[in-house]
Amino acid sequence: MTAYAAPRPETRSRLLEGIRHHLLTGYAILAFTYLLVPIAVVVAFSFNDPAGRFNYTWQGFTLDNWRNWDAVPGLRDAMVKSLQIALISSLVATALGTLIALALVRYGFRGRGTTNLLIFLPMSTPEIVLGASLLALFLNVHVATGFTTILIAHIMFNISYVVVTVKARLAGFDRHLEEAAMDLGANEWTTFWRVTLPLIAPGILAAALLAFALSVDDFVITYFNSGSQVTFPLFVWGAARVGAPPQVNVIGTTIFAVALVLMLANVLLQNRKGAR
Amino acid sequence: MAPLVFLAYQSLQEGSFDFGYRFGWEWQNYGEAISDYHEQLIRSLVYAGLATVLALIVSYPLAYWIAFRGGRWKNLLLLAIIAPFFVTYLIRTLAWQTILADQGPVVGILRSLHVLDSDGRLLATSVAVVAGLTYNFLPFMALPLYVALEQIDHRLIEAAEDLYASRVHAFLRVTLPLSLPGVFAGTLLTFIPAAGDFINAQLLGTPRQHMIGNVIQSKFLELIDYPAAAALSFVLMAAILAGVFAYARALGTERLTG
Repeated sequence: MTAYAAPRPETRSRLLEGIRHHLLTGYAILAFTYLLVPIAVVVAFSFNDPAGRFNYTWQGFTLDNWRNWDAVPGLRDAMVKSLQIALISSLVATALGTLIALALVRYGFRGRGTTNLLIFLPMSTPEIVLGASLLALFLNVHVATGFTTILIAHIMFNISYVVVTVKARLAGFDRHLEEAAMDLGANEWTTFWRVTLPLIAPGILAAALLAFALSVDDFVITYFNSGSQVTFPLFVWGAARVGAPPQVNVIGTTIFAVALVLMLANVLLQNRKGAR
Repeated sequence: MAPLVFLAYQSLQEGSFDFGYRFGWEWQNYGEAISDYHEQLIRSLVYAGLATVLALIVSYPLAYWIAFRGGRWKNLLLLAIIAPFFVTYLIRTLAWQTILADQGPVVGILRSLHVLDSDGRLLATSVAVVAGLTYNFLPFMALPLYVALEQIDHRLIEAAEDLYASRVHAFLRVTLPLSLPGVFAGTLLTFIPAAGDFINAQLLGTPRQHMIGNVIQSKFLELIDYPAAAALSFVLMAAILAGVFAYARALGTERLTG
């Protein structure tokens, strides 16, 4: 009658193991739901047909918000401004940040440790303190806040992220390749353009995209240094006080979709590389 | 060119120090800032602390699950974790306004379960603010945790089990200690921005939930009381630094960050 004996410890632990396994999976699914539900809400409410000013309760499906995405005064201007700032600041920050990263990794110079620390400072300081101190700086040197100050602020915080991203790419860099190019008669410039740059290009591209995304999304630092300029996040902030129109969700959904497609492409590309 | 950039960069940074210096002899600014707003300051640290703990509770099993069970879907699952970052911060927070609204489903369910009174609310309470903070900074917690867990050599856990450690023991003695650098990094990355946040308190709370960020923001941009706002910024920085150091000492993980 051994078949009816109490389960052996091993079987029981396997049972427990199974429960544990499913518990963890269930928990993960719950956590993913928590992460993704607000996104679903944003997307869904871009199709809402709100009765009044407030886009809070579901009233009915419509495509009008998508068709007339710029029906709200000021929204198009704010969007254009955000894209301009993001484009310029990410390009400048990527160029400068890449050079700083190269200098930090390649050359030992006085103050290298300090530079490293300064690069990390903007990332480890609350945004509000950064925004406030930049405003304090502009006030003290009597620069009126506006488009230029937003740009300066964005370039500043973006540089940090670019440096960190490019440095990570440089860390796995095989310098023998450069030496080989030099041995084969290439001068420093040719080596840089034909060997170094192509090899770190993926890191630079990632950094530029990151900088662009951070710039488009930034609210706090921009809010402090914008003067009378209105970027998209500032527009949302203003609109939120009187009830944000569904067009805000349309833009939010679009930004989300673009970022998602880019990231998916990246993931698929990496998976294929891994498979090869 | 790099040093030039570095100089320009440094000069930007020194703006804040310069500012602090300029008001250096007005020490009563600091005294007033602390005595007037210690309530908001403490609230900021408490809310940020709660949000950090909640984010850790939500993220750790999630990161563990992806790192150990994700298989070939790991990258896609990671993408799902950072997906909230692709939605503009303010719009994300507005979505929570919708979810927690009085007519919303969450309040409805909680009312019918009598967790909330029939006129109980979530919006405009500390619960909503902490929930918003937790959600908005969750990826900052989950990603470092994942990186730390992913790097763990599975053979170490197998070895522990071969040496007759139970599953729980193997986790407590091997996996958990090895993931501590991730816990440390994630906690800091969540706590620091959460403590300085004012958007969640503004959009999901009322003045009774206001944090130090709200005070700094309004002093700077609405009341144009620069010295007080600057003093408060430094008080916030100091409070965060003190918190971080105490935390590092307590965990004894200074060497992990180096």
